Amino acid sequence: MTQTAKPSVRHPGLKTNKLGLTQRDYEGTQSTLCAGCGHDSITAAIVQAFFELNIAPHRVAKLSGIGCSSKTPTYFLSEAHGFNSLHGRMPSIATGANAANGKLAYIGVSGDGDSLSIGLGQFCHAMRRNVNMLYMLENNGVYGLTKGQFSASADVGTKAKRGEENQMPPIDPASMALTLGASFVARSFSGDRKQLVPLIKAGLTHRGFALVDIISPCVTFNDHEGSTKSYAHTREHGHEVVETDFVPLLHEIQVEQDHGASTAVTMHDGSVVRFRSVDEHYDPTDRDAAYAHLKKLQAQGEVATGLLFIEPMSRDLHELENTVDEPLVEVPFEKLCPGSGVLAELQSHWR
Amino acid sequence: MDQNSRDRTNDFVVKIATVNGTGSASANGMLMQAMFRMGVPVSGKNVFPSNIQGLPTWYEIRVNKHGHLARSPNVDLMVAMNPKTYEQDIAEVRPGDAVLFDSSWPLEEELFRADVLFLGIPLSHMCVENFEGARARILMKNIAYVGAVAALLSIDLEVLEEMLEEKFSAKQHLMDSNNVAIRLGYDYAKEHFDGLLRVRIEAMDANRDSVLMTGNMAAALGCVYAGATVGAWYPITPATSLMDAFRGFCADLRKDPETGKNLYCIIQAEDELAAIGMVLGAGWMGARAFTPTSGAGLSLMNEFLGLAYYAEIPAVIFDVQRAGPSTGMPTRTQQGDFFTVAFASHGDTKHVLLFPGDPTECFYFAVKAFDLAERFQTPVFVVSDLDIGMNDWVCEKLEWDDAFVPDRGKVLSAEDLQEMDHFYRYLDVDGDGIPARSLPGVDPKGAYFTRGSGHDRFGRYTEDGDLYQDVVDRIARKIEGAAEALPPPEVRLANDATVGLVTVGSCRGAVLEAIELLAEDGMALDFLRITGFPFSSAVEEFLLSHDLNIVVEQNRDGQLKRLLMLETAVPKKKLASVLDYRGSPLGADVVVQGVRNQLGLVAVEAG
Repeated sequence: MTQTAKPSVRHPGLKTNKLGLTQRDYEGTQSTLCAGCGHDSITAAIVQAFFELNIAPHRVAKLSGIGCSSKTPTYFLSEAHGFNSLHGRMPSIATGANAANGKLAYIGVSGDGDSLSIGLGQFCHAMRRNVNMLYMLENNGVYGLTKGQFSASADVGTKAKRGEENQMPPIDPASMALTLGASFVARSFSGDRKQLVPLIKAGLTHRGFALVDIISPCVTFNDHEGSTKSYAHTREHGHEVVETDFVPLLHEIQVEQDHGASTAVTMHDGSVVRFRSVDEHYDPTDRDAAYAHLKKLQAQGEVATGLLFIEPMSRDLHELENTVDEPLVEVPFEKLCPGSGVLAELQSHWR
Repeated sequence: MDQNSRDRTNDFVVKIATVNGTGSASANGMLMQAMFRMGVPVSGKNVFPSNIQGLPTWYEIRVNKHGHLARSPNVDLMVAMNPKTYEQDIAEVRPGDAVLFDSSWPLEEELFRADVLFLGIPLSHMCVENFEGARARILMKNIAYVGAVAALLSIDLEVLEEMLEEKFSAKQHLMDSNNVAIRLGYDYAKEHFDGLLRVRIEAMDANRDSVLMTGNMAAALGCVYAGATVGAWYPITPATSLMDAFRGFCADLRKDPETGKNLYCIIQAEDELAAIGMVLGAGWMGARAFTPTSGAGLSLMNEFLGLAYYAEIPAVIFDVQRAGPSTGMPTRTQQGDFFTVAFASHGDTKHVLLFPGDPTECFYFAVKAFDLAERFQTPVFVVSDLDIGMNDWVCEKLEWDDAFVPDRGKVLSAEDLQEMDHFYRYLDVDGDGIPARSLPGVDPKGAYFTRGSGHDRFGRYTEDGDLYQDVVDRIARKIEGAAEALPPPEVRLANDATVGLVTVGSCRGAVLEAIELLAEDGMALDFLRITGFPFSSAVEEFLLSHDLNIVVEQNRDGQLKRLLMLETAVPKKKLASVLDYRGSPLGADVVVQGVRNQLGLVAVEAG
């Protein structure tokens, strides 16, 4: 595989955002994934979300682990620093990077193999620490790069391409996140950009760990009949529990009219996530109810999608660690080194 | 010379046998500290089990007016406070020397030796009479034996009382009981055993420019002074106290004066894999970040260390070595990680290592490690061991030059980037093998993709063999270039010596003492202490210029010797080993015996 640059043709009529950038400025190199891969649709949604949020690409750190999903950060935001780390270890890189500089936007892209097997521990602990990042779990139930083994998210009874049936119960990242105290849990489908883009925007704006579990069919190894992570199956069984729209701080009034009986949740920076329950009485700020509803739908063979849970005022890693407001990387050395006088004073006690 | 005919003032060993979890460690530390304050060269070695309460533990104090402070097995006074180890403790004492024991209960008949002086003090009885509560009685018994030892060795009681005052000035009732306990032991010993011991202490003025500190404390302080802001770790003996110390220093020294918020971030990771990942994330972002660990943790970090080497990310790792493999003897010292650190991870790697020989060097090498890591954009290991890391050493006082400016290496600013036609992360512009790096968030022109997969000099993904090789060869050149930037080795030359003793880390004291002892026997030996890896040219020159180099180290396989064999031009036949890997700090006796054996062998072969 080699890296292919996209031709830099620019249509003069392209729309620009507040930074004067076009959506093309938020793209990366050409994808080398299989044609029709769900991940590519997610990449497109990411590009749109960053563009619409007017985030300067170089103020973003994009990180990933290993696997098909983890290749995708090269396909968006070419002006952002990227880090394609180790299998299952992206959360620790993101945690350290965020500790050093909490002022960048962080997006981590991972898959079900990366997050739910080899990296399950780091995935859980990043949630526990409430690292301020958007965590995209591109979930296809299968190991693509190693050619089609079941992943830990494969449902019982799901069939591999060659026919064998999975017997192990799946690990569901969304319900697990709810029990671990995650502050933002959403699920979506790569084929539903209308749902996905507002969720990405809300996740990026949420201060804390925002999990978006996205069913993203693998066209090569897991899109057949007998798979519960195929396009057809997800379309049929996807069940939107809440319809979500993300309202950036400055646009609140313009979009308000689009919604009828909706509920607004104000985020840390003052922007608003507006959601309307599709299921009667669903309250995405009630963790226990969210969990119960998720399980109920699961029992019916349905996949709950939308913004499942949000705790907008949760304390992120920096608040928990009481770090200074300025990024640690920007603190001048003089403020960090106590100097010779302090050293002498300290040592006067070491006698 | 017969040891009994020597003047034994300020030249002796006290060994204290207790049960762990009974508070004896702080009592023992007090004794050692009192000797230090009397200006006498002294060392204290804690030999402790991997356990919280109830197992045998020992503390060895060596006093030596000549400054020889390596561990010595020649116990002059055994303070036997643990009945479970009476037998072995009493057997260790040499004829004519003394055992102090708690005579509240009779010592079994068969334990007595006619050639040893038995000094029984009813410590427990006295404590039951004077103190209330089981815990207080146990704790005060420790203080009472400190008083007794003080009387036996002529330790200045005022020095001890002054220490108690400093420690308990805010807690009058504790100070009172401690003072009572000290007196109980002191007075009893004075009354019954005054002048019986052959050894005693006499005030000197050898410690004027010294402090008492552990290597982990010093290394942690080095991190503070180097400007480290992110520390990530997973608890592991014997490295834990390094992060504990860093946290303590930061709580005092790293608060923002205006907001009271932290100018640092310490994260206790879920395991060592995550700890090193966090360090790399922070280093990639431009922070000075570190992790303290030991052998088992290093094993877990291996995959990430390869990524750091190949993707060229600065990181500082403190490896406080303990006895392996596996869990091994986790509270015992060893130098068994040299192979692991030198070539950590799969594929071709080679890492920059620093080997401090005492806590003072832990401080300076810690600071140096951050400079080197950023200069060479690679993980740098500060490799100490349990003896250096956890024991209190009498050390040269630390100095700091306020004009110090950290070497951040080739980090491009937004202005630098703007002036460039194009930034390529892995392009060797200066010909020294070190490319320039950009930090996230600084400028759009600095963006690049960090990856552990194959990349070319422009930072692009590749599976082209030539382009891949171009980068790994350049990294090899870069690391070789670090050799001369490391602290120079310590060399001491005798007159016309043809044999060199080569050592590393905490073995220093024992080897230097052995050289003196062997010189008394007419054997001239040169001394080389390795302080860094890759080895500098000075190391190779030393090895080549001696007929034989005996490498003294604390592992089974002669790891340092083998590294020298691999990485210098020295012929194999010029290298020999003296090894001790039983888990205790090295003593000169082992070195003397080992060198004698080696030279005997060489003489036979030559004949």
